[in-house]
Amino acid sequence: MKFSIGQFRFWAIGLASVWLTLFVLFPNLLVILTSFLTRDPQATVSLPINADSYVRTLDLLYLRVLWDSLRMSLLAMIACLLIGYPFAMAIVSLPKRWQPVILFLVILPFWTNSLVRTYAIQFILGNQGIINKSLIGLGLIDKPMQLLYTQFAVILGLCYILLPFMVLPLYSALEKLDVRLHHAAKDLGAGPLSRFWHITVPLTSPGIVAGCLMVLLPAMGMFYISDLLGGAKNLLLGNVIKTQFLHTRDWPFGSAFSVILIVLLGFMLWLYFRASRFVSKQGGLNGSDF
Amino acid sequence: MAPIFRVGFTGLILFLIYIPILVLVVNSFNASKYGIKWGGFTFKWYEKFWNNDGLMTAALNSLTVSIVAASVATVIGTLAAVALHRYQFKGKALLSSMVFVSMLTPEIVMAISLLIVFMALGIKLGFISLVIGHITFCLPFVIVAVYSRLKGFDMKMLEAARDLGASESSIFWKIILPLALPAVASGWLLSFTLSLDDVIVSAFVTGPGYEILPLKVYSMVRVGVSPEVNAISTILLVVSLVLVVISQLLLREDK
Repeated sequence: MKFSIGQFRFWAIGLASVWLTLFVLFPNLLVILTSFLTRDPQATVSLPINADSYVRTLDLLYLRVLWDSLRMSLLAMIACLLIGYPFAMAIVSLPKRWQPVILFLVILPFWTNSLVRTYAIQFILGNQGIINKSLIGLGLIDKPMQLLYTQFAVILGLCYILLPFMVLPLYSALEKLDVRLHHAAKDLGAGPLSRFWHITVPLTSPGIVAGCLMVLLPAMGMFYISDLLGGAKNLLLGNVIKTQFLHTRDWPFGSAFSVILIVLLGFMLWLYFRASRFVSKQGGLNGSDF
Repeated sequence: MAPIFRVGFTGLILFLIYIPILVLVVNSFNASKYGIKWGGFTFKWYEKFWNNDGLMTAALNSLTVSIVAASVATVIGTLAAVALHRYQFKGKALLSSMVFVSMLTPEIVMAISLLIVFMALGIKLGFISLVIGHITFCLPFVIVAVYSRLKGFDMKMLEAARDLGASESSIFWKIILPLALPAVASGWLLSFTLSLDDVIVSAFVTGPGYEILPLKVYSMVRVGVSPEVNAISTILLVVSLVLVVISQLLLREDK
């Protein structure tokens, strides 16, 4: 194959630009447009343009689903943060040559099938699962606890699948932290807890926000986790969107829920950039590295 | 934290991450149907999978979609990474922000946006729509993988080649591509596993006549216990694990 300079450049830039415009930019605009259209049994959607779908999301029934979904996803996010933060701190404190290996082991499951791993959790939480059988075996309980098909199971599943997304940004934020700041604070008499709250947490805030964003948003969409672990009662926003698109065929309504997700994404990105700016201004000794 | 506690905590979390995978793999060889107790070692579920025509068709369809999607994503993504790295052009900021956005967009939003665009453009749901969808979510991963490899290059080499009269395309074929090859290959492997494992986008953009393995598995596990699923799941897990380890080894070489 022989290209002239111009031709090679043209294809290199053009292919990806056309693809992303056609299948990322344009579709997202269509989602926003669809959310303002009206449901039509024949043509899926039709004019007139209105905001009915958004008004309907405020319906008490859907507000409740929205809240339940948001709460489960938020709890999963908080659980990931509470586990991921000390975990990332522990990794950073380990010898340098171990760190890439451990990080790799954390990321590795991300590349495997998360549906299959969710299904595997059923074996562990089920009435005949490992936890119940061990507890009965130890004589701590007489009959199995209902772990599967509960909100707890959904939160656990989300946390399990999404933990790597929390750990990675936290790790890279913690790794950049300048230890000299800690030494300085220590010399000035700050205790470990105060150093953690006043140095570590603020300076890793971009990592915290990035991790929360990368857990919370996917967590709202993972319909198969609530399907397999939550049963029919514990729905995520993803289940609502899926039902509206594939079963009820009310696309404008489903799109309105997606736009809510996009708005949430936008808000969290804004938060992230604010936090990054704060750190690059206040980052102290190595501020310019951020 | 005391050192022993740190190591113990890290070990515990890693153990918890891998225990469900282990349980699943062990159960795929368990002769007892409900996986409640160990009923002896068996390959029976693998044989059942092998002899189930519907599942095998779905597996072949999945392989086809993943190979095509990974290959196209790798070609477009590699070229895009070179363009982003090497050229200044109008809309460069837009291109890189589209890459950024498509990486961050929750999969469910991408899924419905693709479904809507396929309807709008009149693309029939099935093989083509699946491939387009999979290319779209693989693309940013390839771009990022290749771009970060290119960033480590000595640009003077490329300038020297140009000064000596090499055309832009021969610079690409003779210098950039050979040097970036590990990242390109790793991008392909990662795309392949992402595509093979995808549920969310596929659930929305697949058509009635075209079944793929993850969706088959999804409908099976929703109905109830079927031990072949453990065998399929183990195969899917092992394939992904092996490919990802290879892709990482490729990237580590000569670093």
